[in-house]
Amino acid sequence: MGAQKKRAAAAAAAARVSEDPDDLARQPLQAILLADSFTTKFRPITLERPKVLLPLVNVPMINYTLAWLEAAGVAEVFVFCCAHSKQVIDYLENSEWFSQPNFTVKTIESHNIISAGDALRLIYEQNVIHGDFVLISGDTVSNMSLTQALQEHKERKKKDNNAVMTMIIKKSKPSPITRQSRLGTDELFMAIDPNTKQLLYYEDKADHSKGTICLDKMLLAENPSISLHNDKQDCYIDICSPEVLSLFTDNFDYQHLRRHFVKGLLLDDIMGYKIFTHEIHSSYAARIDNYRSYDIVSKDIIQRWTYPYVPDVKFCGNRATKLERRGICFTAFNSEIEQSRSAQVGSFTVIGYGTKIGSNSKISDSVIGEGCTIGSNVLIEGSYIWDNVIIEDGCELRHVIVCDGVIMKAGAVLKPGVVLSFKVVIGERFVVPAYSKVSLLQQPTVHDSDEELEYADNSSGTVEFSSIQGTADQSNGEMTSESSEAHKPKLGTGGVGYIWSICEGGQEEEWRHSVAPIPEDKLTELSEAMDDDQELVTQDRTALSTSGELISDSNASEGDDNEDSKDDSVYFEKEVEATFLRAVEENVKVDHVILEVNSLRLSYNMTSADCAGAVFYSMMKLAIKTPHSSAIGLLTLYPSPFSMVASNAYPIYLSGELQQNTANIITTWQKLLKSYLLEIDEEIEIILKFEEMCLESAKEFSPLFARILHILYDKDILQEDAILRWADEKEGADESDKVFVRQSEKFIQWLREASEEED
Amino acid sequence: MPDIQALVSDLASKLRKRRVQGSYETARLTAELLCAVILQHKEPTTNGAASLIEAVRRVGEQLIAANPVELAVGNIVRHVLHIIREEDLSPLTDIVGELKLSAEDDVEDIAEDENSQKSSATTDGCLLKPPLLLAVFEHLPDSATACQTFSSENIFAGKADKSAKKLKSELIKAVNELIEDINTCREGIAEQAMELIHQNEVILTLGHSKFVKEFLCAAKEKKRSFEVFIADGAPKFEGHILAKELDKKGLKAIVITDSAVFAMISRVNMVIVGVHAVMANGGVIAPAGLHVLALAAKKHDVPFVVVASTHELCSLYPHNLEVLLNEMRCPSELLNFEEFSDCIDYGIASSSSLLHVVNPAFDYVPPELISLFVTDIGGYSPSYIYRLIADYYSSEDLPPQQKPAS
Repeated sequence: MGAQKKRAAAAAAAARVSEDPDDLARQPLQAILLADSFTTKFRPITLERPKVLLPLVNVPMINYTLAWLEAAGVAEVFVFCCAHSKQVIDYLENSEWFSQPNFTVKTIESHNIISAGDALRLIYEQNVIHGDFVLISGDTVSNMSLTQALQEHKERKKKDNNAVMTMIIKKSKPSPITRQSRLGTDELFMAIDPNTKQLLYYEDKADHSKGTICLDKMLLAENPSISLHNDKQDCYIDICSPEVLSLFTDNFDYQHLRRHFVKGLLLDDIMGYKIFTHEIHSSYAARIDNYRSYDIVSKDIIQRWTYPYVPDVKFCGNRATKLERRGICFTAFNSEIEQSRSAQVGSFTVIGYGTKIGSNSKISDSVIGEGCTIGSNVLIEGSYIWDNVIIEDGCELRHVIVCDGVIMKAGAVLKPGVVLSFKVVIGERFVVPAYSKVSLLQQPTVHDSDEELEYADNSSGTVEFSSIQGTADQSNGEMTSESSEAHKPKLGTGGVGYIWSICEGGQEEEWRHSVAPIPEDKLTELSEAMDDDQELVTQDRTALSTSGELISDSNASEGDDNEDSKDDSVYFEKEVEATFLRAVEENVKVDHVILEVNSLRLSYNMTSADCAGAVFYSMMKLAIKTPHSSAIGLLTLYPSPFSMVASNAYPIYLSGELQQNTANIITTWQKLLKSYLLEIDEEIEIILKFEEMCLESAKEFSPLFARILHILYDKDILQEDAILRWADEKEGADESDKVFVRQSEKFIQWLREASEEED
Repeated sequence: MPDIQALVSDLASKLRKRRVQGSYETARLTAELLCAVILQHKEPTTNGAASLIEAVRRVGEQLIAANPVELAVGNIVRHVLHIIREEDLSPLTDIVGELKLSAEDDVEDIAEDENSQKSSATTDGCLLKPPLLLAVFEHLPDSATACQTFSSENIFAGKADKSAKKLKSELIKAVNELIEDINTCREGIAEQAMELIHQNEVILTLGHSKFVKEFLCAAKEKKRSFEVFIADGAPKFEGHILAKELDKKGLKAIVITDSAVFAMISRVNMVIVGVHAVMANGGVIAPAGLHVLALAAKKHDVPFVVVASTHELCSLYPHNLEVLLNEMRCPSELLNFEEFSDCIDYGIASSSSLLHVVNPAFDYVPPELISLFVTDIGGYSPSYIYRLIADYYSSEDLPPQQKPAS
C-alpha cells in the first residue's frame, strides 16, 4: 500500500515538475480587453446597456472573449470599462470570471475616455502591463490558438526591436457587389510583404467611387515584393509589445486603433516601428462591429464554427442546453421550455430557459432568450429575441433584433432590419417599417458627426432613460398613449417608444449594416450601378483594374452571353470611343489618334477590322450627338442604358442636319478610318457595323442608311466591291435582315451598272 | 491544502471546456480526484459509508454534467461507489477479530508511509497528495493506541470509530489500486497481443488509439512480423500520427483513406480498433467511421477486435438518449472556412446559406458486429459484457445520475 501511494505521488510530482519549467519560462501573458467599442453603431441599444453585455446566442458577448483569452493561455486580463462601466463591473463581479484559478480579471474604470487611444494611455499610466500583451475588444469571438502567433511575435521581437505589433488576419473575400465583407465591414485593402509578413499599407475606408487606391511609390521601391490584398479580414486581435502603450502616450493624437495608430505607424518612417500580420486559417475569429456581423457571427456560432464556444458547451457558466436533431441539422434547446405540440421549431435555432411557445407558431434560424412568452400563430424567422420578451398571437418577425422586456401586442409585424430596444411596446396590428429603430429614449437631437463620441451624451442618455422609464411604467395605465401622441410617431394603440429617424447616413447605409440580409433588389440595383461605374472606370484609364474578375461577375449576374472575347470587344469599343471623343474635344492630331487606337488594339488583341468597326462606331455616335450636344450634355457621352433612353427621347434630328453632320465628321476623320481599311474585309465590317447600329443603338440613322453609304463611297472609304459583296452576302438572309439592302437597292444597282460599264 | 471544492470545479471546468478529452485521461483524473475526495471527507460518527457515497456521488454528478459525452467519468464514479459499498459490507464481521492486529499493521504502515512521503516530499517539492495522506493518518495512531488501552465498555465505541477509519484506509487502498489499474491497463491489454496477432498477418486499424498502438508494439517487440493498414481517420487524420509512431518502432504501416477500407478489407486478417466507450449490451461508442469498418469486416468475415480497458466499460445501454448524444465538433475540421465563406454568407437574402457542415465525433457500433473485446482483464465476447458490468458496478448506482445536474 505504501509503495503504491509512493508511486502515485511520484507520478503526480513528475507530472507537476514537467509542467513547471514550461510555466517559468513563459512570462504570464497579459491582455487588455476594451469593454467599449467607442462607436455608436449599436444605438439605440447601447444607450441602455453596454455592447459587451449584449447577448450573443444568449450569452453576453464579453464571455466569448474572456473564455477565449483564458483558453489561449492569458493569465491576466485588464478589462477597460467606460460607457456603462458600472454595469460591466457588476456583471463581471457576479460572474465566475473573478474566481478562476490561474486567470485573473481586473477592471479599470474611467468615464471621461472617448477613444481606444485614451484608454491605452490611461492603462500606460497605471503601469500594469509588463510584457507582451493581447489587445482585444470585448466583442470579439474567436477560437484560434495564440501559441504560434505569439511565438512568431516573440522571435521577431528578438531579432528586430521595432516589431511592436502582430495583427491577426483571416481570409475573407468581400462581396464584389456591395464592397463589404460578410461581416458587414468595408472592403479592406492591405499591402503585405509576402516573405516577412510585414504590413505595409492598411486602408479600410477606401473611396470606392473612384475605384482607386494610392500606394506610396516608395513602398514599391523599398520592398522587393508586395502582395496587395482585398480579401483579408482584420480580426481586431493584436499581439502588442509594451512599446505600443508608450507610443500611444507619445502620440497623444492617436485615437482610433486602426485609423490613427496603425496608419500612423505605417506612415511614420522616422521611428521605424513595424507591424506584422499573422494569418489564421482553420480557426475562427471575428469582431462584432455592427448589426450585420451580430447576425453573421450568431449564425456561425450556431453552426459551430466557433467550437468549443457553442451553445451546448458550458464554457462560461451559461445554462446547459441540449442539441436536438431537426432534420439533418441541430437545434439547441434548453431542457425547461414549454412548447406547444403544434409549434414548429426549425433547425439552427436556440431557445432559452423557461421560454413558452404557443401553438402553430413557426420559428426558424432564430435565437430566443430566456423567459420569453410566444403566443400562437407567431412567425419568427432569422431573428434575435432576447430575454423576457412577450410576443402575442399572430405577430410576424423577420430578421429583427428584439431586446429584453419588449411587448408585442397581437398581430404586430416587424419588417426586416427592425431593432426594438429595451421595454418597447408595439401596439396591436402595428407594422413597424423596415430598418427602423425603436427605443424608449428619444433620439439625441444633436447628432454628433464624429462617431467617436458615444458617451459625450451618454450620461445624459441614462438620465433621460430613468425619466422615460417612468412613463413606460405607467403605460399600463391609459395615460401614455395620449402624451406620446403629441410629438412622436405612434407605435399603434398602446405602443410605447420612439421610432428613431434614420440618421444622416441615410437609407444607403441602413441596409448595409442591418441585421436583415441584403434584399435582392438592392443587389441588382447595385450591380447595375456597378456596371455603370465600370464604364466610368474604363473611361478613366488611370484606374487600377481590380476589375477583371468583377466585370465577368457582374455580367454573369445579368445573364448575358459573356464569352471573354465578346466582353473584350465591348470594352475595346468603349475605349476607342473614349479616345476618339477626347481627340475631338482636344483637337488631337489624326496621327496621334491612330497611334493611340493602335496601342489599344494591341492591348486588347484585336484585328484591324475591329478597329475599323470601333472607330466608325465612335464617329457615328459623335454625329448623332453633335446637333444636341448642348442639350443632352454629358448624358450621351457614354453609351450606358440610361443615356440611350435619353437619346431616344430626342429623336428630332432633322435628317438633313444629321446627314450633314455625318458627312462633316467623315470628312474630318476619314484618314483615321482609312488607316484601318487595308482590305475589303474591313470595309464590309464597317457596313455590317453600320447596319447593326441602325438596327439597335442608333436608330436615327436608319432612314439615312443609303445616303450615308453613298457618302462613304464618295469619300473613297468604301469601295464598290465591298458594297457589292455585302449586298451579295445579304442575298440569302432573312427578310428582316434585308431592310437596309432594300433601302440601298438603287445605289447598289447603280454601282453594279457602273462596274459593268467599266468592264 | 487545496480546497476539495476548488479541485472539483477545476476538473469540471476542464471537462466543460473540452480541455481534457479522451477516456484514459479523464478516467485517471477522475479517479485521482475521487481519491482526494475520500481522503478529505470528514466522517460523521455513524454511517460513514453512506455519507461517503453521498459525497462521491455529489462530486460525480458535477463532473458528469460538465461533459456528459465523456462516459469514462461516470464509469469511474460508479466504480468508486461500488468499491465503497463493497468495503462497507464485507469486513464488518471480521473487524472485531482483526482489530488489534490491523491497528498495529496500520501504525506500521503509517510510519512507513510517513518516512517515504517525507523523503519524496522533500525531493519533489510541491505535492498534491502526500499532505492529504498525512493529514488523515496523523489521527490514526492516537485512536489505535487508545483503542488498545480502552476498557471493555468503550471497546464498542472504539470499534465503530475504528471501523470508519479502517473503511477509509481500505478505500484509499482500493482507489489507489484503481488508479494503478488505469495507469497500467495498457500493459495489461498489450500482454495479450501475442495470442491474437500471428506471424505474417495483416491488421487493419482506424485513426489513432493508444491502446492499439501499445498492442501492436507489444507484438512487434516479441518479434512477430506483420503488416498494419491504417485508415487515416478523417477529419482529424490521427491515423497519420499512428503511422509515424509505428514507423519509429519499425513496423510496416500502410496508410489508406477511410473510404478505402472496403477495398482493402479482403486482404486483412484482423481489424483492431480502440473505442470511446463500451456499452452494457456489448455495443461500442467509437470514433466516427468505425461503423463502416465494422460492417465491411462483417461482410468479409474478418474478426473485428476491440481493445478497451475496464474504465471504458459503461453501465448504460445505448438506447439511453444521454449516451447517444453525440459530440458535434467544429466544422472547420472538415472544410476550410475561408474557402467556403462565400457559400456561408447569410447576409444576402437570395442565398440564405444552404451549405451546412455536420461533424459528429462518434459512431455507435452494435454488438453483433464485434467479435471480441480485449480488456486488461482478458478477452470477452460482447455477450459477456453485462457480466463484467455486474462485477464492476453496484446495481444501486445504475443509472446513478438520472437527473442531469443543472
